[in-house]
Amino acid sequence: MSDASEKIVYVCCGTGCLANNSIDVYEGIKNKIEELNLNAEVLTEVKPTGCNGLCEKGPVVKIQPDDISYFKVKASDAEEIVTKTIKDGAVIDRLLYFDTNLKRKVKSHRDSEFFRRQHKIALRNIGEINPAVIEDYIERDGFKALEKVLSEMDGSGVINEVVKSGLRGRGGAGFPTGKKWKQCASYDVSPKFVVCNGDEGDPGAFMDRSIMEGDPGSVIEGMTICAYAVGSRNGFIYIRDEYSLAIKNMRKAINGAREKGFLGKNILGSGFDFDIQIVRGGGAFVCGESTALMQSIEGKVGEPRAKYIHSVEKGLWGNPTVLNNVETWANIPVIIQEGGDWYSSMGTEGSKGTKVFSLVGKVKNTGLVEVPMGTPIRELIYDIGGGIIGNKKFKAVQIGGPSGGCIPEELLNLPVDYDTLSKADSMMGSGGMIVMDERTCMVDVARYYLNFLSEESCGKCVPCREGIKRMLEILTNICEGKGKEGDIDELLEISELTSEASLCSLGKSAPNPVISTIKYFRDEYEEHIRNKRCPAGICKNLTEFYIDNDVCRGCDLCRKNCPANAIDGAVKESHFINSDACIKCGNCINNCSFNAIKVK
Amino acid sequence: MTAFEKIVEKYPKEKRYTLAIMQDIQKEYKYIPKEHLSMLSEYLEVPMSKLYGMATFYKALSLTPKGEHIITVCDGTACHVRSSAVLMDELQKALKIKPGETTKDGKFTFQTVNCLGSCAIAPVMMVNEKYYGKVTPNVLRDIIKEYGGDSIE
Repeated sequence: MSDASEKIVYVCCGTGCLANNSIDVYEGIKNKIEELNLNAEVLTEVKPTGCNGLCEKGPVVKIQPDDISYFKVKASDAEEIVTKTIKDGAVIDRLLYFDTNLKRKVKSHRDSEFFRRQHKIALRNIGEINPAVIEDYIERDGFKALEKVLSEMDGSGVINEVVKSGLRGRGGAGFPTGKKWKQCASYDVSPKFVVCNGDEGDPGAFMDRSIMEGDPGSVIEGMTICAYAVGSRNGFIYIRDEYSLAIKNMRKAINGAREKGFLGKNILGSGFDFDIQIVRGGGAFVCGESTALMQSIEGKVGEPRAKYIHSVEKGLWGNPTVLNNVETWANIPVIIQEGGDWYSSMGTEGSKGTKVFSLVGKVKNTGLVEVPMGTPIRELIYDIGGGIIGNKKFKAVQIGGPSGGCIPEELLNLPVDYDTLSKADSMMGSGGMIVMDERTCMVDVARYYLNFLSEESCGKCVPCREGIKRMLEILTNICEGKGKEGDIDELLEISELTSEASLCSLGKSAPNPVISTIKYFRDEYEEHIRNKRCPAGICKNLTEFYIDNDVCRGCDLCRKNCPANAIDGAVKESHFINSDACIKCGNCINNCSFNAIKVK
Repeated sequence: MTAFEKIVEKYPKEKRYTLAIMQDIQKEYKYIPKEHLSMLSEYLEVPMSKLYGMATFYKALSLTPKGEHIITVCDGTACHVRSSAVLMDELQKALKIKPGETTKDGKFTFQTVNCLGSCAIAPVMMVNEKYYGKVTPNVLRDIIKEYGGDSIE
C-alpha cells in the first residue's frame, strides 16, 4: 500500500462463506462505499478472497491496515462496517471473534488461538489475495521462484532442492516428491507430462479445493517449475466436477499467467515452453487414484491398473508423467525461494514441513488449519479446534479418509506425521480430520465407509468388489440388530484377504476403517451384537431414548423440536418420551443443554 | 448448426475429449439423450458400448432426464457424523422419492454426493448450484418451498 489512507477490505468468498451469503456482504460494502462516495475521503479497495479457514464463523471480513477481522458478518452489517470501521477506524465489538480458549474477544484474527498456532506455507496467500486477478498473486512474490529457476538454476539443481526439502506427496501415500521428479527426469523420452491431481475425493477433506479456489497461481507456478526440471511441455490439472468455483478461478489464473508470459511459449524469454490444460472430472472417487486419473484424462473409463511399472515411467499415454496433488504443488514455489534446508528444518524425522488438515465433525472451530508436522493431535483438536461441541465427550478422530483409521482418546498425544499415523493403523491420507464424540457410533462409521467404498469400487478386481460388499453386509446386519457371534472374526478375515489381494490402493486400504474400529472399539461392536444396544444412540433398531427425570428442567426445547410429536410434558416440569411414536432421529438429544436425554 | 454440433465444435476431434463433450451434453439437456450417444459414437469413432460404459461409470453423467431442480445432499463423513442421514430421511418423506430418483412432475431430482468439500459447515446440501450449510430438518423444508415444492407438509 503506497498511500497511508488507503484501505483494503477482504471479504471471504470461499464456498463455506458463500453458502452464508458472503457475496451479499461483498456487494453491500462495495455499494455503500460508492453511495457515500467514500473513495474521495479514504481510498478503499474491496477484494473477494478465497477461504480463510475458519468457515464455521463465516462470512469473514478483514480490514487492512487496521488489522480488524469480523466474523459472521451479515449483509445488514455492511453499512455500519463502511461508516464506522472503514471511515472512522472504529471497531464494531459485536462482530469480533470470541476466542473460547482465551475467553475474550480479539480484534485481529491473528490474535486468536485458532490462527496463532498455525504456520501457513501451502495456504500462505489464501484470504490475502483476489484469486481471480493474477496481479494479486504476483504482488505477493508470485512467480519469483519461477524467475529464479529460469535465470539461475538447471533442472538437477531444482530437483536437488526439492529432494533436500524432504517434501512428501500430500495426496495420501506420502511418496518423496523429489525422488519422483528425479526419476522422471532420468528418462530420455519425449513428451513428458506434469499432472496436478485436483480430484479431491476423500470425504471430509477440502484443502485442495480451498487452494485451487483461493490461490491457483501457486499450483501453476509449482507445476511449471517441475516441468522445467523434468523436461515437460504439457501439463494437466484434473479438477473434480463438483468444484465449479475452483475450475473457474483456475481457468482465470491460467489465462492470466499466459498473458503475463509465465505460461506458454518461451516463458520469460528463457526459450522454455510449457502450458496447462484443465480437465474436469466426472464424479468418480477412484479417479483420485493416479492411474485411474490418467485413464480419465485420456477420455476413458477411470479404472486403475496394476502398478508393475510406475506412472513416472509410463503414465499418461504411456509416457513419463509426474503426478502430484494440489497441496504438494502449492509448496514448491516457497521451497525454491527459501531453500530445501529451510523447509526441512520444520517437522519430524520422516515428515518435513507443514501439513494442512481439515478439522471437521464434532469440533467447535471447524475449518482448515496448517501446522508443522509433528504437532500433537490433542493440540489440533483442543487448542486450535477449541474442543468438542456442546462439551460432549471425545470419542475418536478419524484421519485419512475412507482408507484411514480412527484414533482413540489414549493416542491423542501422538505427534501427527506419516509414520506415527500408519503405526496407529490410520494414515495421513489427504489430511481430513473428522472429530467424533459420544454420539458417534463406531460400527455405523465403519458401515458408512464401507458403503462409500462399495459404491466407489470400480469393480475391476474381485477381492475389492466382493470383499467390500461382504463386509458391508455384515456391518449392516450388526447395525440393524441382526449381528451374531463370530461376525467380528469374519470381518477381520475378509479384511486381511481384501487388503492382500486387491489391485489398487482403494481396495488394499478399504478394510482400514473396519480394522481400526474393531481394534479400539471392540466393546461397541460386542454391545451391538450381544446386547442389541447402540450406546451412541445412532443405530435406530438398537436405540431407545429416555428423559432422566432428575436432570430435566422442563425447558420444553426437545418437545418443540421433535418432528414426530413424541415428547410430552408441561413447561418447567420433567418431560417424557413416547417410545412408540419416537422415530429416533436424535433431534432431542442434540438440542438438550442439560444432558437430560439418555440412551437406554 | 444443431446443438450437438455446437458442443463438439468446441473441442478438437480427439478421443480424449469424450468425457468433456459428454459433460457438455449433460449440461445442455440435464441427461444424455440416446441419439446424442450414437451421434457422438459416429463422430469420434468410439463404439457405443464404450460410451455407454462412460455414461454409467461417471456420476456426473446420466442416461435418464433429471428434474428442473437438482437437490444434492452431501453424505461426506463430516456431514454423516452431523446427521445428514436425518436430512435424507426427511427429503425422502417430503418428495416421496429415493436418492437418484426424480419426482413425477419433473420438478425435483434428489441425489446424494460423497462430499461437497464444505465440511466445515456440515451438514451441507446443494440446490442446483447454490450451497446451504448447517441444514436442519426445519430449514430443509423452507428451502424446498423456496423452489416451489408446495406439496410439502
